[in-house]
Amino acid sequence: MDVWSSLLDGFATALTPMNMLYALVGVLLGTAVGVLPGLGPAMTVALLLPVTFALEPASAFIMFAGIYYGGMYGGSTTSILLNTPGESSSVVTAIEGHKMAKAGRAAQALATAAIGSFIAGTIGTLLLVVCAPVVVKFAVSLGNPSYLAIMVLSLLAVTAVLGNSRLRGFCALGLGLAVGLVGSDPVTGQQRLTFGMPLLVDGIDIVVVAVAIFAVGEALWVAAHLRRTAAHVIPVGQPWMGKEDWKRSWKPWLRGTAYGFPFGALPAGGAEIPTFLSYVTEKRLSKHPEEFGHGAIEGVAGPEAANNASAAGTLVPMLSLGLPTNATAAVMLAAFTQYGIQPGPLLFDREPKLVWALIASLFIGNVLLLVINLPLAPAWAKLLQIPRPYLYAGIVFFATLGAYSVNLQAFDLAILLVLGLLGFLMRRFGLPVLPLVLGVILGPRLEQQLRTSLQLSQGSISGLFSEPLAIVVYVIVALVLAWPLARRLRHGTSRSTIDTQQDAGPDVDAGDRGKVSSS
Amino acid sequence: MNTTATRSATRPRRQNRAELGVSLLLALVGAAVVIDAARLNVPYSQSDPVGPRTVPFIVGGLLLVCAVTLTVNVLRGGRGEAEEGEDVDLSAPTEWRVVLPLLGAFLANILLIDVLGWVISGAMLFWGSAWALGSRHPVRDAGISVALALVTFYGFYVGLGILLPAGVLEGVL
Repeated sequence: MDVWSSLLDGFATALTPMNMLYALVGVLLGTAVGVLPGLGPAMTVALLLPVTFALEPASAFIMFAGIYYGGMYGGSTTSILLNTPGESSSVVTAIEGHKMAKAGRAAQALATAAIGSFIAGTIGTLLLVVCAPVVVKFAVSLGNPSYLAIMVLSLLAVTAVLGNSRLRGFCALGLGLAVGLVGSDPVTGQQRLTFGMPLLVDGIDIVVVAVAIFAVGEALWVAAHLRRTAAHVIPVGQPWMGKEDWKRSWKPWLRGTAYGFPFGALPAGGAEIPTFLSYVTEKRLSKHPEEFGHGAIEGVAGPEAANNASAAGTLVPMLSLGLPTNATAAVMLAAFTQYGIQPGPLLFDREPKLVWALIASLFIGNVLLLVINLPLAPAWAKLLQIPRPYLYAGIVFFATLGAYSVNLQAFDLAILLVLGLLGFLMRRFGLPVLPLVLGVILGPRLEQQLRTSLQLSQGSISGLFSEPLAIVVYVIVALVLAWPLARRLRHGTSRSTIDTQQDAGPDVDAGDRGKVSSS
Repeated sequence: MNTTATRSATRPRRQNRAELGVSLLLALVGAAVVIDAARLNVPYSQSDPVGPRTVPFIVGGLLLVCAVTLTVNVLRGGRGEAEEGEDVDLSAPTEWRVVLPLLGAFLANILLIDVLGWVISGAMLFWGSAWALGSRHPVRDAGISVALALVTFYGFYVGLGILLPAGVLEGVL
């Protein structure tokens, strides 16, 4: 079927009054929770997962679409008004955005962020419409060995490229893979790592893992270091932009989009690199370079657009290959699995209605965001004042409720607590949480691909390299792994940022930029 | 962000030793994975040449290697960077007086939820957590807690068709 007519069908599904309502609820919830300090889109989706199980899958995903973009937008509001971004992708926005807010230009900063997000999100979603079917067409021709290779690449890239310490990334990945092993072996039916506990035979529910790591771990971590002095929130009125601001914003929006989408669509995507690249580019191209560091509007417009375009790009591997590359996509993938839907190339064939409704609602969510959030900005700013004890007690409360309602077992809450403590430890010692969550989700699928691949080759290792693409991907894997080594050789001493991180501890600037944060 | 610089200067050694605990955890988990996998039966089978043990061995091996490498890294002065956040003040030491009561409230809920029911145990959870986190308005908190618990109980039942346990209030609710 033609892409555009499928998309129209998607709109037909998404535009029913009930589904519009879910999109609206999603956008509002996503923004509200995204604005709240300490809560990001991944946590929002994780907390709302259990609630959406009672909905039709299409409605649930329409809501997720709203939450996805809403959470991004909310995060940038926080970083502009409060200057302490909870998400790594908002770090760059905070640099100039908060300076603008301090200089009394909060309204313009919020406006350029909102409109830039809208434009980048819309273009990004259009590109998703164009790219995803192409990737799918390519992907259905791939066999298990190629899939295995791509999954390995995506896991390793997220682990090795995004964090600020590769070693700690691998530690987190190992823990995640171990958690993913719990349960009965799908082929022989033997129990692995269940320690004789019958409740573990089905494995650990991915919802419980996500809620534990993202919500409970975060709440415990913040509780341990709760800022006692009230954060200073800059008051803001209705966002608006003057003519000059428009003139200075539109090019950064487009350039940011151009950076963001491809990076998001790569198997090792992420918003950190494109937002940073966009910032550097705008600084160089600006006619007002002296304003950078003191609140240049280009420095908000570009990175914000890059951030949102990358969010849209992330959905390409997620929908067409079943590969999540950021935390929110990982949780959404978990949601797919809960509904018994297997994301991947066949998804577009098997569940066209669902996929296209999801994509259509991304467009709708974007429009809703712009229409609703510009006038609501002052109200969102008030949310930043919520008393912290209530905020974090609320997170614990809803995390518990969510995890409990999946199976109505107190046992799940015990797992929630244990994994929550793990999440706390990881935050304390700088282990990135994303590799862990991806390990839990992708580990079992990786094993399945490995076993099928070698079954086809009757146990011969050559079965792993039986497809040309697999070989190409393994070469890339090798390059990704060898990259810091090569750099070290070239520069002699450990001048490269990644290596200094690994050998001698943190480097503040690179750390901020590269940190893979969940919330 | 500039707090990070001062922090690394003022908190040198202690975190170092604490971080070795992470290595220990990794080693323990890795050992558990390997030992657990070793006791699995591997029936000879053409359809599954990889068998149930291979992947656990790889994962366990990865964890053990990570444990060793991390130990070396920490001993050589490497340090994991604690996560920052909007409400996180890293210049202060870990506040166990907040964390432990919070964990207590969580644990109490696990033990009590099936006995007392969600409305009571959930309300206690919120109230206890808010108190642990420094709220000092017991009466107002109690009102919010009960309201939240009741709203979620009925909301889940009416809206989602999920019946949370009523516990001792069975028949009342």
